[in-house]
Amino acid sequence: MAAREPNKHPMPTQEPSVRAHNFDEVALGYTAEIAAEEAQRCLNCKNKPCVQGCPVNIDIPAFIAQIRNNNPEGAYDVISKTSSLPAVCGRVCPQENQCEHECTLSVKLGLEPVGIGRLERFVADNHRLNSKTVPVRPAPNGHKVAVIGSGPSGLTCAGDLAKLGYSVTVFEALHTAGGVLVYGIPEFRLPKSIVAAEVEELKALGVEIFTNVIIGKTLTIDELLEQGYEAVFIGSGAGLPNFMGIPGESLCGVYSANEFLTRSNLMKAYLNDSRTPIMKGGKVAVVGGGNVAMDAARTALRLGAEKVTIVYRRSLEELPARKEEVEHAQEEGIEFRLLCNPTEILGYKNPDDPRDPKNGFVKGMRCIKMELGEPDERGRRRPVEIPGSDFELETDTVIIAIGTSPNPLIKDTTQGLEVNRRGGIVIDENCMTSRNGIYAGGDAVTGAATVISAMGAGKAAAKAIHTALT
Amino acid sequence: MNRIIRKQSLNPTVTLMEIEAPLIAHKAEPGQFIIIRSHSDAERIPLTIADFDRSAGTVTIIFQIVGAGTMRLNALNEGEYVESFAGPLGRATLTEGIKKAAVVGGGVGCAIAYPVTKKLFEQGTVVHAIAGFRSKDLVILENEFRTHSSAFYAVSDDGSWGEKGLVTDALKKLIESGEQYDEVITIGPLIMMKFVCALTKQYGIKTIASMNPIMIDGTGMCGGCRLTVGGQTRFACVDGPEFDGHEIDFDEAMSRSRAYVSFEKREREEICNLLKMKEGGNS
Repeated sequence: MAAREPNKHPMPTQEPSVRAHNFDEVALGYTAEIAAEEAQRCLNCKNKPCVQGCPVNIDIPAFIAQIRNNNPEGAYDVISKTSSLPAVCGRVCPQENQCEHECTLSVKLGLEPVGIGRLERFVADNHRLNSKTVPVRPAPNGHKVAVIGSGPSGLTCAGDLAKLGYSVTVFEALHTAGGVLVYGIPEFRLPKSIVAAEVEELKALGVEIFTNVIIGKTLTIDELLEQGYEAVFIGSGAGLPNFMGIPGESLCGVYSANEFLTRSNLMKAYLNDSRTPIMKGGKVAVVGGGNVAMDAARTALRLGAEKVTIVYRRSLEELPARKEEVEHAQEEGIEFRLLCNPTEILGYKNPDDPRDPKNGFVKGMRCIKMELGEPDERGRRRPVEIPGSDFELETDTVIIAIGTSPNPLIKDTTQGLEVNRRGGIVIDENCMTSRNGIYAGGDAVTGAATVISAMGAGKAAAKAIHTALT
Repeated sequence: MNRIIRKQSLNPTVTLMEIEAPLIAHKAEPGQFIIIRSHSDAERIPLTIADFDRSAGTVTIIFQIVGAGTMRLNALNEGEYVESFAGPLGRATLTEGIKKAAVVGGGVGCAIAYPVTKKLFEQGTVVHAIAGFRSKDLVILENEFRTHSSAFYAVSDDGSWGEKGLVTDALKKLIESGEQYDEVITIGPLIMMKFVCALTKQYGIKTIASMNPIMIDGTGMCGGCRLTVGGQTRFACVDGPEFDGHEIDFDEAMSRSRAYVSFEKREREEICNLLKMKEGGNS
């Protein structure tokens, strides 16, 4: 057997100096030739450890085998058996912690794992661009299910149930379907046309989507049950942004990452002719180290910031963001201030002129340096302040990306729905809440997590609903 | 898409629209708001519900034409559709157990003060309505207030309508004359609400202020509408829009309301020119 290429085929990308000024997708995707070569690296192991690493258990060696056989549509059929949103997952999954983490090439042979995510994206893109097949609408099974939220968990649950013949209605609070895929993840990482195509695919399967309906306000879950929905799946996400509780967080120019990203993504502030205001240019500080922080930082850069700094209280090793996003951010020139924590946001105040238009706007952020101390209950070393190490970071905009909490709208209007102390909906091993017939999954249950884990939850709930109703 | 059933100009800068929205009309309560988008590329504008008709399935909104967004909304006519209309959002005004109240509205805030006044009046509360406008030509809902309150007090800055003065003058006079209110509810410009709250604090009268900060989603997701109330960060969209007026940091709210002033000015001019061109082209 010929020696295997030790490394994954690199992903073709836009040049960092070019992409830092546009919102086009950063990663351009494998060509058919690169995909075919990368597929050759797969050992096609019998025990398929990668499948165990996938939250929706895609038969990874089987789809890669189809690429090797020059049959990308066959590969798509394999993937779509278990995944409803392959073009999305191929782009945003943290593969390094999931399928690729288990790959025998790296575990046993010390090589780079197969580029599973990149191959998945290739297959999904190839299907979207070249396939003429329309999804077949299954025969109705006579059952009616409501899904709350059109993010990754809701769309997955809806898709799986629709494929089984259920009549599925999705209720979305915002004016566009897609949830975090639309309001949160930026265009340069996940083009909105791809999300729209996935949503259209679901509609073709018969899924009905109502936007601008806020469950808990416009309609309650109990009203949905009265209307004849036999089961309800809550996939309303973890919408409520957390703030730090430090002075100055209400100054003009301080955003939650949700607000900043929603203005840019959902409300299209990144387009030149947009009607949505957003602070552009100047110096921007982003607090946090997750994917959302990377997205906010890179969005600010593309909107024209002269300098963008990520402020994170732990070190590079603990950064929770997907590795590729951190690398891309670094290549684009985003500065990382690690082991550093904000203590106060400083505002401009002209003592001589109360009408100075700059009054009330951010001018800087006071930070303190940190070091890593003893491990906390989750085994992560706890950051501790270094006394006397305060310094001032000059900045015009501060974006706070330190996580979100579940939204209380549904809990407050659904009697008997049990939540934990963090506000997450409590479910049993069958994805059912404390109320019979009401299921939940995704961030609404776990608090902020990944797109793929939300999809896994939507999938599990669909299975549980199907078992309960048939 | 929701149809505009009725459009009425209340004064040169304030428009009323009755919008077809049966689900929202079924649920709406005074104090709550909706989010409207006039066109597919338009901003999401939060507007407090001015009235609703459950049987007709309509919700009435009243808005001041202040910026690009409200100009585009105002360019739509009866029979046409707004792109989207979502709600009812926020918490309803708590009116239970109030025996005597004063409702203090200022300017277009009177559009929101009216449904609360009406609800209080219809439940048997003695309700004194104080409405303030800059001048007579800006007055809205005068008859509605007169017919749905126990007593109505009109005030204008220039004296062209009712008493010359500020709403706080009228309220102070009533309190000093011995009127004892369980609660004062105030809705209007931030600076007016700030002074109403400062006044009632002196007399120890519970006061509720209805806040209308910059907002995007209206469901608790963006945090843009945050306020400091009693030292705590609160979201107007899900925790409000009404808060204890004696606990609100009005200065901070006023500062935050100015975040996009320069952007809004540019937008307004641009839309103004676009609409003028359109009108010119049609004539």
